[in-house]
Amino acid sequence: MEKIIKGRVWKFGDNISTDHIAPGRYFHLRTNLPELAKHVLEDADPEFPKKVKPGDIIAAGNNFGLGSSREHAPRIIKLAGVSCVIAKSFARIFYRNAFNIGLPLLIADTDKIDEGDELEIDLEKGLIKDLTKGITIESTPIPPFMMRLLEDGGIVEHIMKHGDFKVD
Amino acid sequence: MLGKTMAEKIIGEHAGKEVKAGEIVVAKVDVAMVQDGTGPLSVQVLREMGMERVFNPNNTILFLDHATPSPRKELSNAHKILREFSKKTGAYLSDVGEGVCHQRLVESWASPGQLIVGADSHTCTSGALGAFATGMGSTDVAIAFALGKVWLRVPETHRFYIEGEFPEGVYSKDLILHIIGTIGADGATYKAMEFIGPTIEKMSMESRFTITNMAIEAGAKTGMIPPDNVTKEYLEKMGRGDKYREIKSDEDAWFEKDYEFNVSTLEPTVSFPHTVDNTRTITEAKKMNIRIDQVYIGTCTNGRIEDLRVAAKILEGNKVHKNTRLIVIPASRRVYLQALKEGLLEIFVEAGAAIESPGCGPCVGIHKGVLADGERVLSTQNRNFKGRMGNPNAEIYLGSPATAAATAIEGKIADPRDYL
Repeated sequence: MEKIIKGRVWKFGDNISTDHIAPGRYFHLRTNLPELAKHVLEDADPEFPKKVKPGDIIAAGNNFGLGSSREHAPRIIKLAGVSCVIAKSFARIFYRNAFNIGLPLLIADTDKIDEGDELEIDLEKGLIKDLTKGITIESTPIPPFMMRLLEDGGIVEHIMKHGDFKVD
Repeated sequence: MLGKTMAEKIIGEHAGKEVKAGEIVVAKVDVAMVQDGTGPLSVQVLREMGMERVFNPNNTILFLDHATPSPRKELSNAHKILREFSKKTGAYLSDVGEGVCHQRLVESWASPGQLIVGADSHTCTSGALGAFATGMGSTDVAIAFALGKVWLRVPETHRFYIEGEFPEGVYSKDLILHIIGTIGADGATYKAMEFIGPTIEKMSMESRFTITNMAIEAGAKTGMIPPDNVTKEYLEKMGRGDKYREIKSDEDAWFEKDYEFNVSTLEPTVSFPHTVDNTRTITEAKKMNIRIDQVYIGTCTNGRIEDLRVAAKILEGNKVHKNTRLIVIPASRRVYLQALKEGLLEIFVEAGAAIESPGCGPCVGIHKGVLADGERVLSTQNRNFKGRMGNPNAEIYLGSPATAAATAIEGKIADPRDYL
């Protein structure tokens, strides 16, 4: 896992649902994630799937990822190359799914971050440097178990490595 | 020492130790399920792990309900993956026409005190029977299939004390929409919502399922109702009377938040696009004169026999408005048969409805009523996010089966109390 992440920001608002991320009309593409990823977040910003670049960072408002349990949502965000999602808050199933598949999420005040800003994130320290604005934003620390999942590369790799869940 | 909440008790029993809110634990799973939208990914994960097996085949269920009967070959192939997995592992396959996973779970599997995980966000529905039931992703449930356990963070509980008598024409759907409208679509994120009080005690299981089904729409991990005589009678009717047990929060347990709601002044309530917490009373909504192109009565939220009875009573002797389509889908085969026996389907057909086979129907956005650009639907389902029903250029309004029936007749958002 990269502990220092650098990338350019895509900005989204509050309540970005799993239907924005992985629209229901592409239900038939759920067994074909690379194809589904071509539509990632298109109902929130049609330009996003066309222009997103490896390493880019999503910064959003409250309750990012609300709605369905579809793990396809964080998977296609990761597949599109996004290195980290920062939001004021996350819906719980999305939060869990993202760490399970090795996509880092940070909870922080994103108001001062604008689209196109360059960020440098220290995941371990939970510090977000906005290089464009010259400011540093603190995030809520990632719980130790979630950090371990990231370090292991996701829940599958975690189980393969430890032979079981290792929560202590 | 403080007492324990229902959630802490159930998770503790499954973790084999005392637990308290905030802890991360590993807990044994009683029932695990996937559906046709999430299950193929679970099977893929198990293959990648070299663990294509299930720990407890009798309580491992693969539901074909989201895209049934299959509208296209990619989805037929997804179904095939689950059929083959069922043959290989002995997991139960709930096939085309059996119904929506959450309705089938409460009919045939879910019981008080159980820990249930499902790769579908509305798995919380079973919490009305006193289970700890929660939605997760495909990978989490795949691991639960293989190992018979999951990791869980023990949630804090928000308790909702509900009192008062429902006015005529107002139902549990209106109550839960009102609650979400009040606390917000993230008002209970990561929490267990527990519903108690005299109004809940008097409520049928069908009405209770509608409430716990929508706990996720407030962001909650689960919605729970302590089992009582109503629960016991329901389980007996479903042939699982022996599974009844009591479990409830201790009086001295710690609740992160306590809410009180009185339903006696509640009005029929409608959620406006594009979030569930965007609620208005029917009086406000009616004034806005909102034309509706399609009405959908069904789903895991409101496709049960009680819902169909309420809608049929309003539709009997009436016709669906000429500019509006009405789609009715019983939530399960059992509900379908009962509606058939009671003559409800005849009423719907005579009113001009299209009846489809049990399953999720148009709520999923791929078939059985996808909306055109600029169209509006009023549905009894649980969420109205942009694009949910297959077209981001359409609008989804949510209401009770009674509100839906009245709206189908008038072709615009209508007050069901005018038909009682």
